[in-house]
Amino acid sequence: MTDLPPPSKKKLGLVIDLDTCVGCHACAVSCKQWNAGGIAGPLTDEQPYGKDPSGVWFNRVHSYEVAATSACASTGSIAAEAAQPAMALPALTLYFPRSCLHCETPACVTVCPTGASYKRAEDGIVLVDEDKCIGCKLCSWACPYGAREYSAVEGVMKKCTLCVDRIYNEQLPEADRQPACVQACPTRARHFGDLGDPESEVSKLVAERNGVALMPELGYNPVNRYLPPRPRRAGGDDVPASQEETLDAAKLPPLLRWLDKVLSR
Amino acid sequence: MNPAFSVIVFTTLSGTGFGLWFWLALRIALGDRAEWFDGIGWALGLIVGGVLVAIGVIASLWHLGKPMRVWRAFSQWRSSWMSREGVFAIASMGVAAAAVLVQSSFLELPNEPIVMRALSALLAPLSLAAIASTAMIYGSLKTIPAWRHRLVVPVYLLFALLGGGLLFGPFASTTLDLPRAVGAGVLAGAIALAAMKWRYWRAIEDGALPLSRGDAVGLPSREVSVFERPHTEANYLNREMGFVVARKHARKLRMIALVLFALVPALCALPMLLLPQGGPAALYWGAALSFQLGALVERWLFFAEAKHVVTLYY
Repeated sequence: MTDLPPPSKKKLGLVIDLDTCVGCHACAVSCKQWNAGGIAGPLTDEQPYGKDPSGVWFNRVHSYEVAATSACASTGSIAAEAAQPAMALPALTLYFPRSCLHCETPACVTVCPTGASYKRAEDGIVLVDEDKCIGCKLCSWACPYGAREYSAVEGVMKKCTLCVDRIYNEQLPEADRQPACVQACPTRARHFGDLGDPESEVSKLVAERNGVALMPELGYNPVNRYLPPRPRRAGGDDVPASQEETLDAAKLPPLLRWLDKVLSR
Repeated sequence: MNPAFSVIVFTTLSGTGFGLWFWLALRIALGDRAEWFDGIGWALGLIVGGVLVAIGVIASLWHLGKPMRVWRAFSQWRSSWMSREGVFAIASMGVAAAAVLVQSSFLELPNEPIVMRALSALLAPLSLAAIASTAMIYGSLKTIPAWRHRLVVPVYLLFALLGGGLLFGPFASTTLDLPRAVGAGVLAGAIALAAMKWRYWRAIEDGALPLSRGDAVGLPSREVSVFERPHTEANYLNREMGFVVARKHARKLRMIALVLFALVPALCALPMLLLPQGGPAALYWGAALSFQLGALVERWLFFAEAKHVVTLYY
């Protein structure tokens, strides 16, 4: 049924730290590797060694330039002011991994005419049943986050499974029961857990770092959270650029005072 | 959005077919018994409508990755407008087929006119519902702000009703039904449609999305620009959602569409309205053909000009 299940208590999702992500694409590659053979596989590539290679990825890492802000810049929004301290922020490079946010009210599920798209009642994971999908692509139109990619080779829609075939897999050692992207991240910028439980590690992390949902105004209630970059000092502004160095000879120890005197001649 | 040819053909042709069914059904259900009520005339109209609907449906199957599974698409009518569209389309095709059977001489029903009127009374609202569901597939997508415009659904309905009305004209005129009313309807419809599309195009003119790239990456108060794309090659998202050709030629294409779907049919409607015999039949066919071409251009623009929120990431 593409009707949404009643809101689940358990809301599995990812917390992605934009402060520590270094844009190495390890999450994307590791995701591709695992899922090419997992329940969502194959993740087909077309002409992988040809002129215009293209293929399905559940995880794509974007790089952006964030412009500097001046101290007195007012955004006009009280909420934004609260989130952003009214200090000058320098420009920064932002690495932004983009994947399915496993929304609480996902339109990609409700628009599906066949029931192939569904949200699991027990943990909130949004999945595609590839045996039912007719490949109409409407779900990908309904997703503002670009989480769904169509595979022309299989003729069905593909999306992040939150590694559902890993996180419950009792064949794996307990430490490995995490999404492939989380395990691969060398800077620990990706965290996996239950965002429905306020006492979970991920929920505490979100509370501590003011984690945000992406484009909440669209009303899909994403479960995943992004931790914004910590404010950095704006170089140049608070450090004096070039200053006359002064040396109070009277405060120096005797040997250095003598050396200073000799050299100052 | 990528203007997929299959979807354009589907929405325009099946829309016209449903529109024709709507007028025919309304005429049979409510009108006087025409001279060849039992003859091939009305059945032919229903068949022409059915052919148009069928071409559209076949074209839409072309759009699917797994067309053999299409029967599954009738199951989720509770939440999905696409599913509702399928249900209404199949239901109206069934009713129309039944009406054709009743009309043809294969069945000798004792109270055929009453059965015909009853079936038609079903067909008219089902056809309208099918058109409206198609429009709502697009009108319900919050991710494509241009399609959330309040004129999207009325425009889809009017396109189908006017396209169907132009084909209905010949059937109405050969049975000495109201050529004047048809002429007046075409004239009013063409003017209304031109005005509505004009307003829609004005409303989406600046092409700006209500969200910024900062919103998309969770930094709403910052100014964010693309430094590097995730991959060197384009992907499904770029091809499907990031169509840019239309913006360049939008102005010219809009004018071409307006002339074809509004001006030409409106001019053709004048003799229908003014001449006692309703003018030559070629007028109706000419108007209908021009309208269909205009509808194709309009529908191409409808898809190609619409910007998807996901383009913010790229």
